[in-house]
Amino acid sequence: MNKHIVVIGAGVAGMEAAGQLSNAGFNVSLVEKDENTGGHLNGWYKLFPDRRRSSEVKDYLDKLINKDGIKVISGTTIEKLVNINGIFSLETREGTEMTADAVVVATGFDLFKSSRKEEYGYGIYDNVITSSDLEEMFRKDKIVLVDGRVPENVGIVHCVGSRDEKVGNLYCSKLCCITAVKQAIEIRELLPETRVFCFYMDMRMGGAHYEEIYREAQEEWGINFIRGKVSEVSESIRKKLIIKAEDTLAGRPLKMELDMLVLMAGMEMSEGGRILAKSAGLETGENRFFASADNHFGSNISNIPGVFYAGTCTAPMNITETISHARATVSDVLNYFKNRS
Amino acid sequence: MQFDPFVIPFNIGLYFILIYAVVRSVRWFSNLSRPDKLRLQRGFFGRAFGQSLKEIFMESLIHRKILKSNFRLGFMHMSLAFGWFLLILFGTIEADIFGEKHLNAPYKAIFFKFFNPDHGRAGFEAAYSFWMDLLLAFILSGLLIAVIKRFSSKVVGMKKTTRLRVLDKVALTSLWLIFPSRLLAESFTSGAYGTGSFLTGFLGSLLASFLPAQQMAYPFWWLYSLSLGTFFILLPLTRYMHIPTELFLIFARNSGITTGDQPGAFTEIQTYSCSSCGMCIDACQLNFSAGITNIQSAYLLKGIRNNENVSDIAFNCLMCGRCDQVCPVGIELTPIRMIRRRAGETEPVQTSIWKKYLPDRLDIMPVKTNGKTSYSFLPVEEPAKTDVLYFAGCMTHLTPAIGNSMVRIFDASGVNYSFMDAGGGVCCGRPLMLSGQDREARELINFNSQLIWKSGAHTLVTSCPICYKVFKESYYLDVEVLHHTQFINMLIEEGSLKLNFLRKKVVYHTPCDLGRGSGVYDEPKEVLKHVVRLQNTNFENEKSLCCGGSLGNIKISYQEKNKIARDTAAELTRENPDILATSCPLCKKILAGATETKVADIAEIVAEAITVPMLKKNTPKPASCLRKNVIVY
Repeated sequence: MNKHIVVIGAGVAGMEAAGQLSNAGFNVSLVEKDENTGGHLNGWYKLFPDRRRSSEVKDYLDKLINKDGIKVISGTTIEKLVNINGIFSLETREGTEMTADAVVVATGFDLFKSSRKEEYGYGIYDNVITSSDLEEMFRKDKIVLVDGRVPENVGIVHCVGSRDEKVGNLYCSKLCCITAVKQAIEIRELLPETRVFCFYMDMRMGGAHYEEIYREAQEEWGINFIRGKVSEVSESIRKKLIIKAEDTLAGRPLKMELDMLVLMAGMEMSEGGRILAKSAGLETGENRFFASADNHFGSNISNIPGVFYAGTCTAPMNITETISHARATVSDVLNYFKNRS
Repeated sequence: MQFDPFVIPFNIGLYFILIYAVVRSVRWFSNLSRPDKLRLQRGFFGRAFGQSLKEIFMESLIHRKILKSNFRLGFMHMSLAFGWFLLILFGTIEADIFGEKHLNAPYKAIFFKFFNPDHGRAGFEAAYSFWMDLLLAFILSGLLIAVIKRFSSKVVGMKKTTRLRVLDKVALTSLWLIFPSRLLAESFTSGAYGTGSFLTGFLGSLLASFLPAQQMAYPFWWLYSLSLGTFFILLPLTRYMHIPTELFLIFARNSGITTGDQPGAFTEIQTYSCSSCGMCIDACQLNFSAGITNIQSAYLLKGIRNNENVSDIAFNCLMCGRCDQVCPVGIELTPIRMIRRRAGETEPVQTSIWKKYLPDRLDIMPVKTNGKTSYSFLPVEEPAKTDVLYFAGCMTHLTPAIGNSMVRIFDASGVNYSFMDAGGGVCCGRPLMLSGQDREARELINFNSQLIWKSGAHTLVTSCPICYKVFKESYYLDVEVLHHTQFINMLIEEGSLKLNFLRKKVVYHTPCDLGRGSGVYDEPKEVLKHVVRLQNTNFENEKSLCCGGSLGNIKISYQEKNKIARDTAAELTRENPDILATSCPLCKKILAGATETKVADIAEIVAEAITVPMLKKNTPKPASCLRKNVIVY
């Protein structure tokens, strides 16, 4: 089988799909816009639910794609995708072209730009950070405020850019709740004197082991979960963050002084994915992610025969689901060539 | 005595409508409040009289405003109104000069040709006939456009035209029949007698060549008279009531009567002055961005006239005021909508056709609220004495970059100020007002008024145009209320704020409540011109667009609001500016989510431009006008 397949995006989904396609005997080109493969995985430190280091997953994926049948083309962005009688022609931003017999789109997600919720003060107040900034701190094993002090009170805001009609995102990003719980525990582990408050709308603990970790966070780590969203953040003269929220269980408005606020940024369709969708005529759903051909048995199949989806370019997923989803692409690709010949 | 039975329908209609107009005017006058009656009396014998005559000529006959914005539509209105007026005027003169005697009954002028078929053979008579034919042709050209507009509104440059009721259709048909039937009647008569000018004469001889012109003419004179009579009789029940009402409106307005916030005779007069021309529909962003086509002001007024429950229409509006700007009759549409909001849900009233000729007053009872509103839980505060108070408002608290920038500007200017709602304050009251809850809003206004009064400040600066409008209009305080753009402009002019020039291309979005709502157009632009290169857009000043996030609309979905926001942002960023500037925290928040271009408040841009030495607190020379003594009553 000398079929050539281009995989767009070398994050978790793209790497897994490329490796498994190569195992199945295809020639694979793995195109990545950044200089390094790994995507968002490079930004995380320890993963839920078991807190294994993200580098271990990265090592597994690196090993998977490090073989003869896979050509990794990094630092390249695909901007155009044209179907000419079943042969795909792909054009890069730099102007070079390549052809493929089938394409796997694994363009993943972008984190919601938290500055769009100006009321939380991201980019305005120094000590308002995102979940991804906090991972950076964990990596350095050090959580400090901008002035070098250790935070005494940390707030975590769930659903930033998710389930929010005002920013046009009605969907749930699914991972922020468990990320918040994981990060809250990690803060307490690192800074045992620090108090952590999570402001949530609903705790969506749907994955394996999530509920157990949530219980552990309350019972063992004494993390405060307050049902109600933060409405606005301001800064006192002493550079403390003053947040206003509503405790909807107590039915009372609430005002609190915090040292640090962590925003659980949601997932949005990636910019690269949006460009590709437009140029290739790939259908997107109301949530702007790629729309799969069928919700139950076609989640890897697109509206163009020969173009397949893998991972979070179709919906928010955790790493476990992403890897399963990427592997499933291979069987769809195999069926596609079998039916064509 | 020249008479024929066919003139009877016309005579009945004419005398009916004349008497009716007098009766209705007397009723409206007696329903006016006492001060408004005095205004009208004074206006009638004063300068307002001349102004009104001029306005009636320019707007009701020539239709200058419509001509300026849409020539084809304006021509249609002008040819029908002005053409008809001239036809009556010169018809009367014609009957007076050439008729059997002077001072004739009106029907003799209207049906002059029937009674004087031999008229217009040569010399001056022929020239006059030519002129009368020209006027008829002028009207008919407008009528042709009107007929085409009814079936395809795009022809006259309108995207939407108003939908009609049955009676409107009958009246419209009779209106449409008037001039073609006159044309045919005059042509047949001319054909039979060999008279008539280029239009009636030519058509007459053509028709006479294959038809018995003498016999054909009479039925068309009947049709002409009947359609005139029908039109006059039905007029009070249809939108054509706007023709006589508008005259009354122009006198009342020029006499200084305004809508205010209570229902009354003037509101009623304005309601009947709407001609349903549909200009408000084309100007409405809910129409062209969100595809909502049944809530525009023309439909609101129609609903009110028909005693329908218009609460849904009244509340489905951005209150941006774009329709007020384009209304060729100058009806105060947004204030009328506010009055309907205060009325809440009303019962639709079914009345008989006869009742509609003299309808009950369009009064609406204020809504009875259940229970007592109370904000007694609000803490009583003792504010520190200060010269200038800064009220950021709740929307500014949701856009902290604006509030922070204002603090920097205050510090740099050396003004003695106090941040009234730094730790969160009480709402200004306008959102409650916009939803028709004036009584509740008054409680908040009283609370804030006390705070402002206790602080001894003589100037109140606010960052939010929504707050600005209500502070300006509904707070009865002896303080100067300034929007922060006005305040910054004053600081710059006084020389107490030194700014660098930033090399940036900027477009400015005028917020509705600041621009059309409060008339502040120039100061924000002056400030911007000091610090950046200001680009022009197609939507400046009164024409400015709404961002879509208006607090005024509680009926539409976020998706619909987003559509408006994206369209507005796209229009404004057409020339690829570096920054889309605005002066409203709500506009900023909404537009920022709708475009990739950086969106910033003027305060942020100014704060960025402050020269470094200015940043230290209390520079020696605060603006002199802010140093004046506080007047204590």
